[in-house]
Amino acid sequence: MAVTARPALDAQKLRADFPIFEQKIHGKPLAYLDSAASSQKPRQVLDAIRDFYETSYANVHRGVYTLSERATASYEGARETARAFVNAPAAREVIFTRSATESINLVAYAWGLDNLGPGDVVLVTELEHHSNFVPWQYIAKRTGADFRLLSIDDQGELELDGIDDLAGDGNVKVVATNLVSNSLGTVNPVERLTAWAHERGAIMVVDAAQGAPHHRVDVQALDCDFLAFSSHKLCGPSGVGALWGRAELLEAMAPFNLGGHMIRSVRAEDTTWGELPYKFEAGTMPIAEVAGFGAAMDYVAEVGVDAIAAYESDLAAYTLDRLAEFGGITSYGPPPERRAGIVSFNVEGIHPHDVAQVLDSEGVAIRAGHHCCQPLMARLGVAATNRASFYLYTVPDEIDRMIEGLHKVRKILG
Amino acid sequence: MVDDLYREIILDHYKNPRGHGVIDDADAHAEGLNPLCGDEVSIYVRFAPDGETVDEVKFSGRGCAISQASTSMLMEMVQGRTATEIAELPKEDLLEEVGIPLTPIRLKCALLGLGVLKVALHRAKGTPLPQEWAGIDEIDLR
Repeated sequence: MAVTARPALDAQKLRADFPIFEQKIHGKPLAYLDSAASSQKPRQVLDAIRDFYETSYANVHRGVYTLSERATASYEGARETARAFVNAPAAREVIFTRSATESINLVAYAWGLDNLGPGDVVLVTELEHHSNFVPWQYIAKRTGADFRLLSIDDQGELELDGIDDLAGDGNVKVVATNLVSNSLGTVNPVERLTAWAHERGAIMVVDAAQGAPHHRVDVQALDCDFLAFSSHKLCGPSGVGALWGRAELLEAMAPFNLGGHMIRSVRAEDTTWGELPYKFEAGTMPIAEVAGFGAAMDYVAEVGVDAIAAYESDLAAYTLDRLAEFGGITSYGPPPERRAGIVSFNVEGIHPHDVAQVLDSEGVAIRAGHHCCQPLMARLGVAATNRASFYLYTVPDEIDRMIEGLHKVRKILG
Repeated sequence: MVDDLYREIILDHYKNPRGHGVIDDADAHAEGLNPLCGDEVSIYVRFAPDGETVDEVKFSGRGCAISQASTSMLMEMVQGRTATEIAELPKEDLLEEVGIPLTPIRLKCALLGLGVLKVALHRAKGTPLPQEWAGIDEIDLR
């Protein structure tokens, strides 16, 4: 396969950083095509976590002793890394959470419960992962606000032309979208949505769990108000995510989790909240995972997000070509030039579970299911799809092996 | 391993499902959803004049080879049995009939039909549901 020489990325070389590829699955080398569900971890990240535990571990912001200072420096260093990673104006606007899901729940609860009510409209897209759908649906119901869905066209792209009609006379308070659809790979025009949201006086909430690992994220260019992302899809450990939010919004919000460390003073009659970002970081945080998250952002930044995006878009185009050549395939989503490294498809007459099961016997891991996007699956008129998704360590040979595996699928089940 | 899974009998039931279809005016009916993949299965039962014995049972819906084949086998297994017998039917009996090694995820595929049938009988006849389903949400097993 000819990968166009835009910003260079040597996936074969990067692959050597990932110990998981040293094993065999059912006697075959691992072809891992499920990075949209979670990414594999490079040795640099694994080493950072181990080093941290071996040399610097203590609780953060607590002790005056050396280890605690080291741990705090690591933790706050990762916050600065996260700030730079999304080009946020200030590190105090970056809050560590347990996941992108928790980041969105934080906004939905802490902002939503106090700012939404009857007559208000919460607008999310049909492309959303349940993580950016269910919390808003729930909080809208709790507060009496209207929950509305921005539809997509047959290529899986947002129908922005219909947004004014959809909003109608409603008082739109929240617009929530993902940057990249985890099911179809659609790259959404967040800037345009933000401009529309702000014109209406609404806040713009961006789920970048799928976007941030693969695309340049600049919260100032997006002009959004909140942006959630996570570590585990970005070469980092699971159990940690981040939320960026505008300081003035975060400052005005009530806290989300309550407990240790998020306070200024606690008395029997009342408690006052700590400063940003600590107001939103109650309890002992995943300290070593944050260290790993920081190392992961460093790793991805060094490879270069632009190079990753370009490389994965080429892989998606290659996969779509090979699937078309294979025949009897329905693929979903936009054309390669507006698509991230994700290809969802169905093999005519064969259920995705069966496809994925047979591929597994060939050492090829793909996802089969609804990808936490049941409303989207309903829109596509399917219960489930197969999904192949890529990252900086994906090589074309893995895609070729998936295609070979599909021949076996058809032989057994066709 | 994959050859064990998709052995001949499974593929036969998958490609030629027994009892596939819909019974209009069924005496018992339920629909179920596998939340892992979004698959749906509907089961319809008509009782014999004694009101207890299964006279006719059919299923419809969409699913993977494992769920379709195991539901097809289930249709053959429960024909002529009473609602009470089916309510007490251990899942192991069906799994033995299916006779293939299943991971926990695929187990859910294989047992979807049995679950839906038990819900249909529970609704129509008040037969008990398995204990592990106590409190299960209607959304999960419509």
